Amino acid sequence: MRQLEIDPRLVGMLAALAVIWVGFDLLSGGAFLTPRNLWNLSVQTASIGIMACGMVLVIVTRNIDLSVGAILGFVGMVVGVAQARWLPEVLGLEHPATAFIAVALGIGVGGLIGLLQGGLIAYLGIPSFIVTLGGLLVWRGSAWWVTQGQTVAPMDGRFRMLGGGIQGAIGANASWILGALACIAIIAGMAMLRRRRLAFGFPVRPGWAEGLLMGLSCMAVLGAVAVANAYPIPAGVARRMAEAQGIPWPEEGLFIAHGLALPVIVALGVGIAMTVLATRTRFGRYVFAIGGNPEAAELSGVNTRRTLMLVFGLMGALAGLSACIATARLNAATNAAGTLDELYVIAAAVIGGTSLAGGLGSVAGAMLGALVMQSLQSGMVLLGVDTPLQNIVVGLVLVFAVWLDGAWRRRLK
Amino acid sequence: MTPRQASDDRRPEGAGGLNPPPKPLVEMRDISIAFGGIKAVDGVSVDLMPGEVVALLGHNGAGKSTLIKILSGAYRADAGEILVEGQPAEIHSPRDAKRYGIETIYQTLALADNVDAAANIFLGREITTRWGMLDDATMESETRKVMARLNPNFRRFKEPVRALSGGQRQSVAIARAIHFNARILIMDEPTAALGPAETAQVGELVLQLKAQGIGIFLISHDIHDVFELADRVSVMKNGRLVGSARTADVTKDEVLGMIILGKCPEGAIPGPGAMVTG
Repeated sequence: MRQLEIDPRLVGMLAALAVIWVGFDLLSGGAFLTPRNLWNLSVQTASIGIMACGMVLVIVTRNIDLSVGAILGFVGMVVGVAQARWLPEVLGLEHPATAFIAVALGIGVGGLIGLLQGGLIAYLGIPSFIVTLGGLLVWRGSAWWVTQGQTVAPMDGRFRMLGGGIQGAIGANASWILGALACIAIIAGMAMLRRRRLAFGFPVRPGWAEGLLMGLSCMAVLGAVAVANAYPIPAGVARRMAEAQGIPWPEEGLFIAHGLALPVIVALGVGIAMTVLATRTRFGRYVFAIGGNPEAAELSGVNTRRTLMLVFGLMGALAGLSACIATARLNAATNAAGTLDELYVIAAAVIGGTSLAGGLGSVAGAMLGALVMQSLQSGMVLLGVDTPLQNIVVGLVLVFAVWLDGAWRRRLK
Repeated sequence: MTPRQASDDRRPEGAGGLNPPPKPLVEMRDISIAFGGIKAVDGVSVDLMPGEVVALLGHNGAGKSTLIKILSGAYRADAGEILVEGQPAEIHSPRDAKRYGIETIYQTLALADNVDAAANIFLGREITTRWGMLDDATMESETRKVMARLNPNFRRFKEPVRALSGGQRQSVAIARAIHFNARILIMDEPTAALGPAETAQVGELVLQLKAQGIGIFLISHDIHDVFELADRVSVMKNGRLVGSARTADVTKDEVLGMIILGKCPEGAIPGPGAMVTG
C-alpha cells in the first residue's frame, strides 16, 4: 500500500461502498447489483455529485454553503420558464439552440448568485453560515415567486437528454470509444508524470505499482462502460427505434444498450475538471492554503477575498448545472426541486473525507461520498424501507462516518 | 548620520570623485498607527542600509512587530511614509511589499500547515507550465536546492509542514523569504522556537545574507543575539522610539536601560520616546 502511494482513506471508502453494494444485493435477493439498478444509481448520483465537487472547495476554505438546494430550485425554475415560455416565443418550439441557451442561463444565473453570496462573505465579512442560510430562504422563496408556485412542464426535447433516460444515453459504441479514450488519457497522464519526476531525479513508484494502478484504473473505467452497455432499453422503445431506421424487428427481440448516461458523463467531466482545478492550478492551491492558514495565505500575497468569492461563484455555477440535470430528469421545473439537497451535498463532501475544520478534502472523495449516500438511499428504496427510516439511517451513517474518519486521523497523529 | 540628506543625494554613482554617503535601503519616517484609539506606533522613524542588520528592541507590546507589519504590508499606517532606496513606496498589501523586495519571516512563521514545503515556499508565486498548470516538479526541485542550503538534512518534501519539527518549519519559512532575491529581510523573533544549534545556524545565515548586501531588520528579545548580529539597535517603548545606536557605541546594560526605563545613553541618538532625564 505504501509503495502504491494511494490515499488509504480512498481505499477505505471504496471498501465501504463494496460492503454496501454487496449487502444490499444479498438483502434484495440480487436486485441491487444489476446493470439496470447501477445505471439508475449513477444517474441519480449525478446532481448531488456535481454539487459536492464545489462544496469540497467551500468547506476546504473553512466555509459552508447551505443555499445550494435553494439555488438549484430557483435556477431550475428560471431554466424551466426560459425554455417552456420565453424561448419558444422568440425561437419557436424545439429550436436546436434552446437547450444550449437554457444550460448557459442556468450556469450563469447560478454563478451570479454564488458570486453575490461570496462577495458578501469575502468583502463584507458576514459569516458564510449566515449568508447562505439567508440565501436558502431567499432563493427558495424566489423559486416560488417565478411562477407563483406553478410547475412548469414539459422541457425542451434536447434539454431532456441532460436528465438521462433513453434519449440521454449515448449508446454502446460511443460508450466504448469514450472508455477507451479515458484509458489512453489515464495511461498517458501517469506516464508523463512519471517521466517528469524521473527527469528531476525524484523518487517514483516502482514499475509494478505504477502498472498495477494503471491497470486498475482502466479496468474500473471499462467495467463501468460494460455495466452501462449491459442495460438494454425496453423492447417497445427498441422496436420503434428499429422501425424508424428501417431495420426489421427480429422474433427474439433486439438488444440495444443504453450506454453511459449523459448526466453521468457530465458529472464525471465536472469531477475531472474540478480535480485539476483543485490540485493543478494556482486557484486550487490558494483555496487549500486559505483553508490551512488564512492569515498566512494573506501574508504570502494571496488575494484571499477574491479567491473566496470565486469559490462561492463556482459553487453557484455547479448548483446551476445540477439544476439543469435535475429539471431535465424530472421533465418539469418545480419550486420544491432540490429541497434538502444542501444537506446531502454537505454530507457527501464530509463522508468523502472533507474536514469541516478546513484545509483538507478531495473532489474524488466527495464524488464517492455522493455515491455512498445515493447507494444507501436507493438500496433502501429497493428493500421497501419507509422514507422516515431511510432518513434515520442516512443521518446515523453520516455521524458514524465522520466519527470514523476523525478517529482514524487522530490515530495517525 | 542624516538619512534625509542621503536620500536627497541624486548624483549618479561614481560621479564627483568623493564617496557619496550610501543611500538607505529603507526609511520609515514618522510612522503612526492606532488600533481603537490606542497608538500602537507613534511617530517612529527607522532606517536600514544595504548589508546592515538593524535590531528592533522593546518589551512585548512596545510596537515593534506592529511597525514591521506596516513595512511588510500586513497593516496600513495612519500617518508617515516609507521610502525604498530613496523613492516613496506605496505599500498597501503584502503583495506590494514583495514587489519592493521586502520579505518577512513572521514570528508565527505564517505557514499553511496542510500543504508541503514547496507549496509554502512558492505560495502566491507559483511556477506554472505553459498551460497555466502548477509546475510541481520544478517547484519541488527548487525547494530541494534552497533547503539543501538551509537545512541539508531535510528530506520530508512531500509531507504537509504540520508534520515537521520546529526547526524544519523555521527553515521552510526562511527559505520562502530568501528564495525570491529579497533585498530587505524582516525577521520577527527568528530564533524564538529554536534550539542552540539551530539558533547558531540562523546566525550564520544572517551574516551570509548581510554579506550579499541584503538589509535585515531583526526583531528579538535576546540581547546577546542582538549584540552578536546587529550593526545598530533601535529601541521602542510604548509605541515610541526611545533611540537608535550603533551596537559598537553602547553597552548591553545601556541598551537594557533603553528598553526598560526608556533612558537614552550618551552613545545613542535619542528619539521622541526617550525619557527626559534630569
